[in-house]
Amino acid sequence: MNTLDFDQGNTIIRTKDLSVAYGEKTAVSKISMEIERNTVTAFIGPSGCGKSTFLRSLNRMNDLIPSCRVTGSIEIDGIEINDSNVNIEGLRQLVGMVFQRANPFFKSIYENIALAPRYHGIRSKAELDEIVEQSLRKAALWDEVKDRLKESALALSGGQQQRLCIARAIAMQPSILLLDEPASALDPISTMKVEELISELKDEYTIVIVTHNLHQAARISDKTAFFLMGELIEMNETSILFTSPAQKQTEDYITGKFG
Amino acid sequence: MRAKTIDRIATYVLTGIAVLIIAVLVGLLGFILTNGWHKLTFDFITSPPDLLKAGGGVGPQLFNSLYLLVLTMLISLPLGLGAGIYMAEYAPNNRITQSIRLCIEVLSSLPSIVVGLFGLLVFVTMTGWGYSLMSGALALTVFNLPLLVRISEDAIRNVPKSQKEASFALGISKWRTVVTVLLPAALPGIVTGAILASGRVFGEAAALLFTAGMSSPDLIFHDFNLDSPTSPLNPFRPAETLAVHIWKVNTEGLTPDARDVADGAAAILVLAVLLFNLGARWFGTWLFKKMTSVTR
Repeated sequence: MNTLDFDQGNTIIRTKDLSVAYGEKTAVSKISMEIERNTVTAFIGPSGCGKSTFLRSLNRMNDLIPSCRVTGSIEIDGIEINDSNVNIEGLRQLVGMVFQRANPFFKSIYENIALAPRYHGIRSKAELDEIVEQSLRKAALWDEVKDRLKESALALSGGQQQRLCIARAIAMQPSILLLDEPASALDPISTMKVEELISELKDEYTIVIVTHNLHQAARISDKTAFFLMGELIEMNETSILFTSPAQKQTEDYITGKFG
Repeated sequence: MRAKTIDRIATYVLTGIAVLIIAVLVGLLGFILTNGWHKLTFDFITSPPDLLKAGGGVGPQLFNSLYLLVLTMLISLPLGLGAGIYMAEYAPNNRITQSIRLCIEVLSSLPSIVVGLFGLLVFVTMTGWGYSLMSGALALTVFNLPLLVRISEDAIRNVPKSQKEASFALGISKWRTVVTVLLPAALPGIVTGAILASGRVFGEAAALLFTAGMSSPDLIFHDFNLDSPTSPLNPFRPAETLAVHIWKVNTEGLTPDARDVADGAAAILVLAVLLFNLGARWFGTWLFKKMTSVTR
């Protein structure tokens, strides 16, 4: 994917009338949204509101679900990714993803990070070593694991595993990082570390994070989008959305009347 | 109160069943080993059997059992694994897949003597190979395949779905995900399946009577010419295995020490299976650690 011929201001993701359905059930209906480069965007909303489904359509992870149908348009860097001739492997290199539960491979810490770069063509040991170190440093994990890179990633704590997964995604040098409730299974201290990490990473990456934790969204995001029943109710600067929401439903949700 | 009593009774009954099973197992093993112990000499283990006089050994039979195991595994493991991968990852969930699954179930419940007769017809007669190791290995493949397919399919399915997602999200293709992420994680289950299947190969007699045959040439162990009928490595020579030998000696043995030979052979068979299991487990753990860095 070439970014040179892209001239649409600062927008990196643009969806238009994006709908996702599982069989007969519509999970996301007609969402149009723009996300700017090098910002953190938080998706909030009650369970089942479609925020995760929307997120997963941005790197076409929904392709894994046979009954899933996606309609509408998603442009990333000006390229329509729902086209059937889009190179999905290339797309996923550009758009990294971290999941709700840390899912390191059953491999060593080193292999967890080196696996994908090696698959995508980097063979030299020195280069891989460099990628592993840089990714772990960016994920603020290097100092904790540098002496045991050959040990199993499963021996790490939950918080370390999640940061390893972030490092693994960074190793692909993506432009966009999708985080699907990355801290929901972590203790407060690990959560804090992940949040600090996210704030540091936004200089280099565009980050989209789904979260159940409104405080988290308020702390780390530049913009917040509120989803309800598969629809995008409101999206605005985080500071504005949380202090003076335009929609009644948003206000009810953030003040804890439901959800 | 009542629930407690029932709970106590259930505990006693279940413990009793477990103890009974272990007792039967220990008794059987003890009986076989004590009866055969005195035959476990180097001479008995290495020399060929004697048809008429006392004092023959089971050397070729022991070798045949091991060699047949290797051949069978060389054929059935790739097939079983391949089919398991297909069933777990590629097969669409439709009628055809369901009927394949049904066929595998039916195949796994075939009596081994039927597999043996099928082998006689197809692998011995139609191929023109006669009684041979290869025919035996193919018959045992028919016999083992359902187990291997089933176990590798289950092992791959049991790898958490999140592993697959993680790999796909990194832009790794499906096939490479299967090979580099799913298979290593599924390895312990697959090794267990392979060990189970191997145990059946060691112990199988009925399927081999009419395929690998009931006699073994006097093997010349330094003969590596694959065409030579006395070469141990020739896959197209007849090869009586230990289990078949035990059956044969017991039913039609003419030597005065037939009973002794059967006891000794049984002890060797049990020990060989035991050693093989331990070795395979150790190898499986080593391989798992090597591929995943996970110590278990």
